[in-house]
Amino acid sequence: MQNIPNPQMTKHRDPMVRLRWPRLAISTLAAIFVLTTVGHADWRSFRNGGTGELVAQNPPIKWDVKTGENVAWKTALPGKGVSSPIVVGDKVFVTASDGPRQSRLHVICLDAATGKKVWEHQFWATGRTLAHETSAVAAPTPTSDGERVFAFFSSNDLVCLDLEGNLQWYRGLGYDYPTAGNDVGMSSSPVVTEDCVIVQIESQGESFATGLNKETGEDKWHVKRAKSANWSSPVIFTSGSDKTELVLLQSAAELTALDASTGEQRWNYQHECDGISSSAIDGDKIFLPGGGLKALRANSKNSPPEVLWTEPKMAAGAASPVVHDGTVMIVNRAGVVNCASTEDGKVLWQLRVKGKFWSTPLVAGGRMYLANQDGLVQVLQLSKSRGEELAALEFGEEILASPAVSRDALYYRTTGHLWKIAASK
Amino acid sequence: MAGQVDLRLLSIYSVSHFGVLPVRIVVPHAGSAFFCLAFLIGAGSHATSLLAAEQASTVATKPDQIKQLIATVNQVGPKGAGHAPAAAAIQELSKLDGAQLLTVVAAIQDDNLLAANWIRSAVESIARRQVKSGGSLPTAELEAFILDTSHSDRGRRLAYELLVQVDATAPRRLLPGLLNDNSLELRRDAVAREIARIAKAAKGEKVEDRELAAKQYLDVLKSTRDIDQIQDLVERLKKLKEPVDVARHFGFLQTWQLIGPFDNREMKGYAVAYPPEEKLEFNAELAGKQGAVKWTSHTTDDPYGMVDLNKAMTRHKGAIAYAATTFDSAAERPVELRFGSMNACKVWLNGKLLLEREVYHAATDIDQYVAKGTLKPGRNVILLKVCQNEQTEQWAQQWSFQLRVCDSRGTAVLSTDRPAMPVAPSADQQVGLANPSK
Repeated sequence: MQNIPNPQMTKHRDPMVRLRWPRLAISTLAAIFVLTTVGHADWRSFRNGGTGELVAQNPPIKWDVKTGENVAWKTALPGKGVSSPIVVGDKVFVTASDGPRQSRLHVICLDAATGKKVWEHQFWATGRTLAHETSAVAAPTPTSDGERVFAFFSSNDLVCLDLEGNLQWYRGLGYDYPTAGNDVGMSSSPVVTEDCVIVQIESQGESFATGLNKETGEDKWHVKRAKSANWSSPVIFTSGSDKTELVLLQSAAELTALDASTGEQRWNYQHECDGISSSAIDGDKIFLPGGGLKALRANSKNSPPEVLWTEPKMAAGAASPVVHDGTVMIVNRAGVVNCASTEDGKVLWQLRVKGKFWSTPLVAGGRMYLANQDGLVQVLQLSKSRGEELAALEFGEEILASPAVSRDALYYRTTGHLWKIAASK
Repeated sequence: MAGQVDLRLLSIYSVSHFGVLPVRIVVPHAGSAFFCLAFLIGAGSHATSLLAAEQASTVATKPDQIKQLIATVNQVGPKGAGHAPAAAAIQELSKLDGAQLLTVVAAIQDDNLLAANWIRSAVESIARRQVKSGGSLPTAELEAFILDTSHSDRGRRLAYELLVQVDATAPRRLLPGLLNDNSLELRRDAVAREIARIAKAAKGEKVEDRELAAKQYLDVLKSTRDIDQIQDLVERLKKLKEPVDVARHFGFLQTWQLIGPFDNREMKGYAVAYPPEEKLEFNAELAGKQGAVKWTSHTTDDPYGMVDLNKAMTRHKGAIAYAATTFDSAAERPVELRFGSMNACKVWLNGKLLLEREVYHAATDIDQYVAKGTLKPGRNVILLKVCQNEQTEQWAQQWSFQLRVCDSRGTAVLSTDRPAMPVAPSADQQVGLANPSK
């Protein structure tokens, strides 16, 4: 069993371990305080719910994959994928696919402490499994509600497992809707709410969004969508005095807000939206990529949002915007990071970085971690006046997936491996 | 007053998290013990649930109960049908003892892929728990299961994967006999092993070594169905100067009668039934997008049967081409028409629409779309509609298709008049799609 402190390796060789009361109490109370004040330290979905940031983190600024400095572990993955890892408690979850048609789907659980496999399940894809070389069948990032993991694939197969690896249910949405899909690959990641797991499937074939009962996988709601290729992911947005959960669906011509529990449309905002880069959320603000970046504020769950500002210079590439400390940042197709004020859209600084980016950067410890396609991670120290490069670190393998951060550790998926970067102890 | 709590509860937690490790917690006064106790009861409760999740059900489940659980999961259907009872049943199946492993593997059916995935997960959970607890998998029974072709292809493959986890010698023992297995996943491993064996033996430069390798590669090619392995073998044979009729191996059709362009501006032509959809008259002159059009014969020499309409008909945008061919069969039989195109398409067999996909310039590959149909004895007619839109991007110019005829395992089904080059039907032949008789 992994992640078990080996008593032979500790100072307490005496099997009778004495834990002093004050230390236990302080630790327990500290843990309760942390959990209730800053939320969990998990990274449970693509871009951690739409911000791209996890607060109160301090991951390493530098590491060296050759010497192993600050590399906690490196684990080989059993197949292809560009999905992000997610972290729930002491477990890391990641998806992959392999086989001659990439039709064997994998859901893998690793021990966050050691990188060793805790469990793995494989499935036979029921939908289409063609994908461009820059994508994969395992492109959508799984999500978790803290009790279950929902793993979604480009084939539109959706798997629900508990954290111990027991299947809860399996839906073949590609089987149910055979023309739904895109042979370039689908990449929209699912989101989970109190009662639903929601997927957005938009292509030139059957297109829809559906909310499935997260306990059984049965349809709670199903709405048709425009038949147009779309790779962006939905985001959950809490709105109104009653904190109604809305799911925001971004497609070519509009941003639509549905009641996440019922699928009922609450509002619709007509605007040309990006087909890959997904919206970011910061409190009551929505940052919508498309024709630059547009900031929206939605105070009411039933009324269309007001436009706060539009900034054409904040055009997105494949990566999605991230928010941090009153700023919103985006890396564009030219390899320039643009940082703007969330209040008025004023561009505060620009910084050219190296390479092309499929991976959405994350922010942790007041720093931005950008991984380019060639596997070079550039670490920027962020402020409202400038972004300063602190380090440029090579992984030596291509990076197309977005990283995760949890408990001061970074998780990177490269072509063949999952890495944990954490300060050496 | 200092208190000391020697909590046996924690030993439950320690079993799963720290090994068997007695733990004594020293607290400064009795009141503190309450806090500790509450904390540890919580930990113990958590540990108990973890243990429950980890351990197999100790309740002996009767065969008829297992049968009922399996039947419940096999009721899973499209769009969430049967999910609620299946979700409960799969939990019970996943907790079964290792002795029941083969019973659950045997429940996998090839014709219910959704349920097969549910049951697969239960098998993996049972096997994982069995191995983790220090038990062994029933290797002899697994091997017998693999060799029993009355079981499903998927079940046999899963049994093989379980077996090789615990028996590294199994591939060497089993794969030579699986070269022509019904399970293409098993066959793939057998082919890979055979290719590696031939390659290793053919290291020498002697002519007879090369000739033997070529012969052996040709033999294994007959068993090979996966595209990447076929392509690998074709390259190996090419280096050995051994020609391969790739199109024949796959069953690609290479000669077509073509007509067009018809109007597809604004992609409206996809829904329009132009004359070829009503009746095939190969000597007819039809009104096309830019004037009168006639059928012409076209043969592609592409080994993968790709017909480039931009070359065969000159480049058009907002246009539709029809392609027709005949296919002679000795008997009635089910077949698959496997089609690939960057363009919106429709596929008919003997006037019956088998496939339609209104997708432009996403991607294409061999076997991109699979249309199931039935050949009748004698002459059959295959008709394609291939639609080009008006996108101007460089990556949106392809106007092409490929089609092969094969069985459900990808084995080529050849027209009885192959390989003679097909001849366009004579002017007095009129083939109505509703009743395409020779």
